[in-house]
Amino acid sequence: MKSALRIACSRSHLQQVRDFVRTYLSNRQLPEIAINQVVLAVDEVVANFIIHANGEDESQFLDLKIDIKEHELNVEITDNGDTIYLPEPHQNPDLRDYIRQGRKGGMGMTLVNRLMDRVVFFTRGNHTVCHLSKHLA
Amino acid sequence: MKVTAQPTADTLTLLLDGELDASSAIVLDTELAKPDILDYRKVLIDCAKLSYISSAGLGVFISHLQRFQDAHVKLVFFNMQEKVFNVFEILGLDALMTIVPTATEAEAA
Repeated sequence: MKSALRIACSRSHLQQVRDFVRTYLSNRQLPEIAINQVVLAVDEVVANFIIHANGEDESQFLDLKIDIKEHELNVEITDNGDTIYLPEPHQNPDLRDYIRQGRKGGMGMTLVNRLMDRVVFFTRGNHTVCHLSKHLA
Repeated sequence: MKVTAQPTADTLTLLLDGELDASSAIVLDTELAKPDILDYRKVLIDCAKLSYISSAGLGVFISHLQRFQDAHVKLVFFNMQEKVFNVFEILGLDALMTIVPTATEAEAA
């Protein structure tokens, strides 16, 4: 089972990322909602790296690794660009305010933090790494 | 992501087919941003074939909701798959948007 993927920093590769995660989880007898939640969390982090950290520069790339051991899912997403991207600490957005303002963004990391048990951004050398983990029954 | 528009007298139904993410959200945004959409009394979103939504897709709906409300256009979602509804629920958007099970209920909403 393939457990690593490298993509260039383009939104057009988000489908490939979701398919990679779905395929990896597909034979684990997990509920569809649980699979979708992991797919969504990974998609959100990857989209943030592509758009906000790399400005959709297709010469840059991201590496994804996924692994399950004893029901513990671990996903590591490494941004190989040189910009350090560490999102602000998680805050609960006021969605009524978002609606009033007509805001399009600002919910992605909220979703990630609610979907996963642990979300950590850190630096390794001059790269940013995001580590996601979740216990899957 | 494919968006198909089905207009009737005072209702516009948009059928969403595929995955709504940061790459495809622009397709839906373009549809919802059309000025003549505010001529309808209702905009119904048929989610039967919407198999995935990310925050970028949710953001498109959120960004147009106030404009719709100001123009007295009701936005109603129906036929939503459980895994897609779950994403609305996680953010609490199910309490802020009108989501009903069937087309009949959407027409009556």
